[in-house]
Amino acid sequence: MKQNRIDLKFQEDKKLLSIYFSAGFPNLEDTVPILKNLQAAGVDMVEIGLPFSDPLADGPTIQESSTQALRNGMTTEKLFTQLEGIRDHIDIPLVLMGYFNPMMQYGIEKFCKRCEAIGIDGLIIPDLPVDVYNEEYKSMFDQHGLYNMFLITPQTPDARIRYIDEVSNGFIYMVSSAAVTGAKTTFGATQTDYFQRIAHMDLKTPTVVGFGISNTETYTAAISHSKGAIIGSAFIKFLEEKGVDQIKDFVTGIRA
Amino acid sequence: MNYNVDEKGYYGDFGGAFIPEMLYPNVAELRENYLKITAEPEFQKEFDDLLKNYVGRPTPLYFAKRLSEKYNTKIYLKREDLCHTGAHKVNNTIGQILLAKRLGKTRIIAETGAGQHGVATATVCALMGIECIVYMGELDIKRQAPNVARMKMLGAEVRPALSGSKTLKDATNEAIRDWINNPVDTHYIIGSVVGPHPYPDMVARFQSVISEEIKIQLQQLEGRDYPDHVIACVGGGSNAAGLYYHYLNDTRVNIIAVEAAGKGIDSGASAATSVLGKEGVIHGSKTLLMQTPDGQITEPYSISAGLDYPGVGPMHAHLFRSGRAEFISVPDQEAMDWGLTLSQMEGIIPAIETAHAFAALDVRKFEPDEVVVFNCSGRGDKDLDTYIDYFKL
Repeated sequence: MKQNRIDLKFQEDKKLLSIYFSAGFPNLEDTVPILKNLQAAGVDMVEIGLPFSDPLADGPTIQESSTQALRNGMTTEKLFTQLEGIRDHIDIPLVLMGYFNPMMQYGIEKFCKRCEAIGIDGLIIPDLPVDVYNEEYKSMFDQHGLYNMFLITPQTPDARIRYIDEVSNGFIYMVSSAAVTGAKTTFGATQTDYFQRIAHMDLKTPTVVGFGISNTETYTAAISHSKGAIIGSAFIKFLEEKGVDQIKDFVTGIRA
Repeated sequence: MNYNVDEKGYYGDFGGAFIPEMLYPNVAELRENYLKITAEPEFQKEFDDLLKNYVGRPTPLYFAKRLSEKYNTKIYLKREDLCHTGAHKVNNTIGQILLAKRLGKTRIIAETGAGQHGVATATVCALMGIECIVYMGELDIKRQAPNVARMKMLGAEVRPALSGSKTLKDATNEAIRDWINNPVDTHYIIGSVVGPHPYPDMVARFQSVISEEIKIQLQQLEGRDYPDHVIACVGGGSNAAGLYYHYLNDTRVNIIAVEAAGKGIDSGASAATSVLGKEGVIHGSKTLLMQTPDGQITEPYSISAGLDYPGVGPMHAHLFRSGRAEFISVPDQEAMDWGLTLSQMEGIIPAIETAHAFAALDVRKFEPDEVVVFNCSGRGDKDLDTYIDYFKL
């Protein structure tokens, strides 16, 4: 069986930097240039956000980029069309991140097939609970070689973390604090304790920290107890200010 | 068939808890405790006492003589408009504040559209001395100034929802985000039978006092504890859920739900979810909702701010799909005319939401010996500005 690119990447002996952006923002046709520039800048993995009108788990920055992307004309079909042939240029793992309703309307099976054909490695669907996924969709995802990644938070009980670890593949998305997405400038003792607690649980699935990572300081804190970190809001703010061509500066700024 | 919620939190195909993991502990805490706590004698005693002495229950079941003569049938109005704060909404907020206290919560958040649920929440928070934050779409804040003032006077903070379309669905999103950011000390009082399980069932249970009283009242008035028809307006569907609750599995009773057609079903400005909606997920629940073919949630329209929700509670989605309930949609104009008719025939100025329900009399024929119960869910004081504009009063 073909190995999932996420697993191959996570076997590398290094800490991983992953970037999230909302597809269709700042401009409708920016998706492919952003992906190319991120890979060229040495980013290890990308989460491509499928915009939604009502993104419950997101803070203002991602909400606004999502709204703008929809105004620009982004749709599920449009994104898939943009991504056709992407594997001729991009070899880092690609994850689609989006809410469940647009996927339902597209048709879950059709959605999975399309992802497989394009070369998408996995999905993150914040409002699809792990139990519903297991019962109704897991076999379909498996059939199309797609991983589905789950979130945990500082409030997730240990027993549930164990359960999520058991059913996970790829990685576990550790939400840094009890909060919607959005940049913070520092992490406090609470976060450090939480990162350490999870590290000591010796989970079989690697963890990646996301939410609230915006600079070298928070990036360094996040990767000290996990395999990597995901940056979303701070990158979207950068795109808005500096545009698609300067992406390398952002990445070197974080890894400085 | 069973029309109540099942043990997994579903009504047929609808319901469940489609929530981000960040909300899992909050929702699990509620799910594990709501039945246990509300069954405690101490809870029931306090709930019943507040409903009686603070809300003013039981509300009358009033025989509408002139209306009955005109339509040649037996029409009763369940007078929820006589509840403290002017609508049925307070039944639920009383229940939830007592639950929140027992869960040790010290901060309450709520969403509101027209402001009725916001006022009912601010009221019970004042009663209990608990901090209250109400999220309200920026557009609604401008449209519903008197209710904003009432909430402020009651000590609540009204926070504008600035995202998306700046109305009820966005206020709900903001309240959910607040809950994600404050998972330990905060309880979210949802105002309708929407949201993730156990909310639809919990809110329906708190509102079920409506049909519980009707059973007793009809027994005295008609010598039987059930009517032939129950009729209510449905936005999210909380007043309807309360009216139907004890008759859901009693097929002698015909259930009629009236939705807001706005400017007409095909006008692009409507809130008739059963006609225009498709199965999807909104605010943590699988239900029928109005959306684009691409799955983006659309903004509904009704002249009544309490009915313009893009979804409908999962109980109602199930009642619709299974055929248990008849769904009717009524345009703005007919609802407004009924506001005037009810005022001048029975001396009751209804909320515009409530007025929608009565338009069923123009659509459906009822037999002379049939008993028809309408939920008179709210009074029209809050809608006076709209009535004044519309009728040039």
